[in-house]
Order: sequence, then structure tokens, then C-alpha cells
Amino acid sequence: MPSVVEEPVVVPLRHPWRWVSSAVAVVLVAMLVHTLFSKVNGQWRFGWNVVFQYLFNKYVLEGLWLTVFVTIMSMLIGFVLGMILAVMRMSSNRLMTGIAWLYTWFFRGTPVYVQLLFWYNIAILYQSITLGIPFSHAWTLLTISSNSVFTVVRAAIVAFGLNEAAYFSEIARGGLLSIDEGQLEAAKAIGMTRGQSLRYIIVPQAMRVILPPSGNEVISMLKTTSIASAIGLPELLYQTDNIAARTFQVMPMLIVASLWYLAVTTVLSIGQFYLERHYAKGALRTVPPTPLQRIRADFSRAFGGRLRSAR
Amino acid sequence: MTTPMVQAIGVRKSYGANEVLKSVDLTVARGEVTCLIGPSGSGKSTLLRCINHLEKHDAGELRVDGELVGYQLRNGKLYERTERELCEDRAAIGMVFQRFNLFPHFTALENITIGQEKVKGVSPAAAKQRAHELLERVGLGAKADHYPSQLSGGQQQRVAIARALAMEPKLMLFDEPTSALDPELVGEVLDVMKDLAKSGMTMVVVTHEMGFAREVANSVYFLDGGVIEESGDPREILVRPQSERLQNFLSKVL
Repeated sequence: MPSVVEEPVVVPLRHPWRWVSSAVAVVLVAMLVHTLFSKVNGQWRFGWNVVFQYLFNKYVLEGLWLTVFVTIMSMLIGFVLGMILAVMRMSSNRLMTGIAWLYTWFFRGTPVYVQLLFWYNIAILYQSITLGIPFSHAWTLLTISSNSVFTVVRAAIVAFGLNEAAYFSEIARGGLLSIDEGQLEAAKAIGMTRGQSLRYIIVPQAMRVILPPSGNEVISMLKTTSIASAIGLPELLYQTDNIAARTFQVMPMLIVASLWYLAVTTVLSIGQFYLERHYAKGALRTVPPTPLQRIRADFSRAFGGRLRSAR
Repeated sequence: MTTPMVQAIGVRKSYGANEVLKSVDLTVARGEVTCLIGPSGSGKSTLLRCINHLEKHDAGELRVDGELVGYQLRNGKLYERTERELCEDRAAIGMVFQRFNLFPHFTALENITIGQEKVKGVSPAAAKQRAHELLERVGLGAKADHYPSQLSGGQQQRVAIARALAMEPKLMLFDEPTSALDPELVGEVLDVMKDLAKSGMTMVVVTHEMGFAREVANSVYFLDGGVIEESGDPREILVRPQSERLQNFLSKVL
């Protein structure tokens, strides 16, 4: 016969400071929301009506497109050249290693703003660009004026792309270094060339390490493009600045720009999540759930149990 | 007399001042299993890696299937082989590593198809079919879609053997294939290797499994300090070792 023992009551530990800190946080957030949507003399303090008036303005959208375009193109240059530099840096050829090191040293060591002005003003040094035999003027295949090559957009793409390559080469090198040497040996042992080993075995695995910092780089580049407004690149901030100068709506136009930067960053972050998930294959026993799957799981945990017990 | 599958004459290899192989002679006949045994640092893994040119030997003559490893003799000169030629040579020699070295981002099946498709140019469908057959052969037919991280050590090593076999090698090299395994998983890998030996595959196995050496090997080479101290029929030299060093070694591992 089981003896009846009085079960002791469990008293949960109290966390008074959690309540205090939560209260403080709630008040601060409430203050922020209040001031965001407060009015002065019957007008929105932050000028929301102006923000929404210009959010989809033709010039703003044109600027946004240029920002995205320059970001994509310079990141492409950065990724491809950076990958090449990383492989050069790790090659057994001392000259290649040296050149890659020097490149990174120079482009990381000077401000990107200086590099931007440099490419924009390259015509001062070289009025024309000629394709022919090195060190000889006897034979020329093609000659074009520098100014027609280095337009504002192209100068920005080249400056940002070459600068990015220096940073990305270090990210890529870190990724390549993170792969066990046994992987390269195993690839060699089944007869793969160095190129094949890199393409099919090493790089896909290194992507797992390369992606998170690369996401940083893309987002950082998106915002860095705004400094090209200094050479007159009509990107997002240049356009909103222009409108602000015309309408004196400085703050609302900065908000317009910020909202678009945030929107693009959001899209990029989502893309990054799915890319990382793709390259997590095999590295984790189970890939992390997508936000949608997580919400569905939370729902079924919250309601599924109750439904089942009701039945 | 047919040419042996592997022949080494006076092979030497140093890392800087450290001479790992000091004039090693070795002959592996076709269809036979040769075991390399010896204490760690004796040079047995280095010798194995020289055979498929993962390491470059410094001196001596090393031939696989009658052809020089890493060089080509023309007009009395030794020409280093190009990367492409070396890759072709390696593709014909299977290798199994101590730490499996499966490709973690590929499933078991993809591990076996990748080499067939990219190196041998086999069609994806044919590669897949052959991979399934090989997985069946190593007893892992049900694990085709598993990633290496979802397999036990013994299963991973069996996939690694299947990956090597997929290239239809004329020679298989095993570098301590069971040393990284939990004791209870060693048997399943050795069983696959025994089957392979029975099927007539030429194998060179670096191992500490004296039972396997005695049961399966046609000949055993005992290396110590970069030289072959003793070699011969395993039933002979593992039972009645002549050299003091082999006696010493066997008393420690048995």
C-alpha cells in the first residue's frame, strides 16, 4: 500500500529587479514612440506627411536604384577579385603571395574616400587609356579618353570594388584556412585538380565561415556608397539631399533615406539567412528552421497541445 | 614474370634535416595485400603517401604498375609530371584515410558520385547507380542520403572506402583505417576490407591491427626509424620475429 506523503508546495524564486528593469524599458519605449508621433503646432514633429510624400518620389527611387546598382557591381568586383587574392595569398608562389599582400596592404591602408577621389580624377594622370604592347608606343590597338571610361558611376564602382576586394580577400582567406587539410588531400586522392578541389570541396565548405562577415560587408557597402555623393553620384542620399535643399525639409528627407537603407538591409539580411541555411548542409545534423517554420512550430506548441487534450 | 603493382627501390624522403625514409625497398604483387606495421614515426604513412604522390620522394625509384611515380623518363632525363598527369595517376589509386576525410557538405551518395562525375566524366545517372551499388556492397544501402555527421565513425570509413572504389582503382592504399574508430566499430571496417581483399584488390595497408595482418596479408613489412627491419609472410614473421626490434614491437601491441 503506497504511503500518502504530503507533496511540499514549490515556491518559485522571485525576480523583483526584472520587474523594475522591465518597467523602465517600457517607459523609455513609450517615450520614444510618443515623441516620434508627437505634433508641434498641429504638424508632425518628424514630418511624417512629408516623409510619405517623398518616399516613392521618382528621384528618390532613381537614387535608390543607383545605390543598389553600385553596391551590387562593386561587391561583385570585390568578391571575385577578393577570392582570387585569397587564393594567390595562399599559393606556394612567393611572388603571388607578395603581390596579394601588397594589394591588401595598400587598399586597406588608405581611406576609401581618397581612393574614390583618385579614380574620379584619374584623367589628371592619364588623359587616355591605350591598349597595346607594354612599354611601347609603336603599336596601339585601342585608345579611349579616361573621362569617358571613368564616369561618375564607373569611378564609384571601381573605387568601392577594388577597396572591397582587399577586405574580402582576408575574409575569404579566413574561410579557406578554416577547412581541414584532410579535405584537400581527400580531393587530391580521388584525382581532382587544385581548381576542382577548390570549386567543389573547399570553397563550398568555406562559405559557411565566409558568409556572416560577407553579409556585414554588403550592408556596409550599401551605406558606404553614400559617400560617392561627394563626386556627384546621384545615389539615394544625393537625391534626398537635393530635395531637402529645395524644400528645406532636411529631417524628413533624412528619414526617407534611412527608411530605404533599412528596407534594403532587411531584404539583404533575409537573403543572408537563407544562404547560410543552404551552406549549413551537412555541417549541422539538422538545419535551423526558417522563421516561418519556427512560427508554425510555436503555434502548434501553444495551441496543438490544448486541442489534443480537449479531444 | 608480371610487373609488380608497387615497387620501391631505395626510396628516401626527408623533411628538412629529418630523414623519414632511409632507402626503403618494397614490392607489392598484383592482387596481394601488403601490411606496413611499425611504431609511430617509423615512416610507414609517409611511404604510403609517396605511393600516390601526396608526398614527393627525394630519391630512389618508385613505380606503380610499372610506371614511375611523379616522373617520366625520357632520353635519360627524369621529367616531373604535370599536375594534370599526377591527377590522372592518383585517380587510379584509391586512398582511405585515418580520419575518413569525407566531404561533410555532401551526402554519403554525393561523396561517392562527385569523383566519378568531375574526374572520370561519368554521367550523373550512371554515377548514382554505381554509388548505390557500392553503398550496398559496404552494407550502407540505407544511408545514401545521410550526411557524414549523421553517420558513426565505422559507417563513415565504409563510405570512404566506397568513395575510393568508385574510381575503379587498380590499387588501394589504407592509412591506419581503423585507428580513429571506437573499438566496437573496428570489426565492420575490417570486414569490408577483408571482402575487398578476397575480391582480388591489390592493397597496401598501414595498420596496427595485427590480427588483420596475420589473417589477410600476403606479406608484412615492419618499419622502424625509416628502414625496413624485417619483412615476409605474416604467419612467419609475426609469429617468429627475427629482429629484436620487431620482437619488442609485437610484445607491446599484441
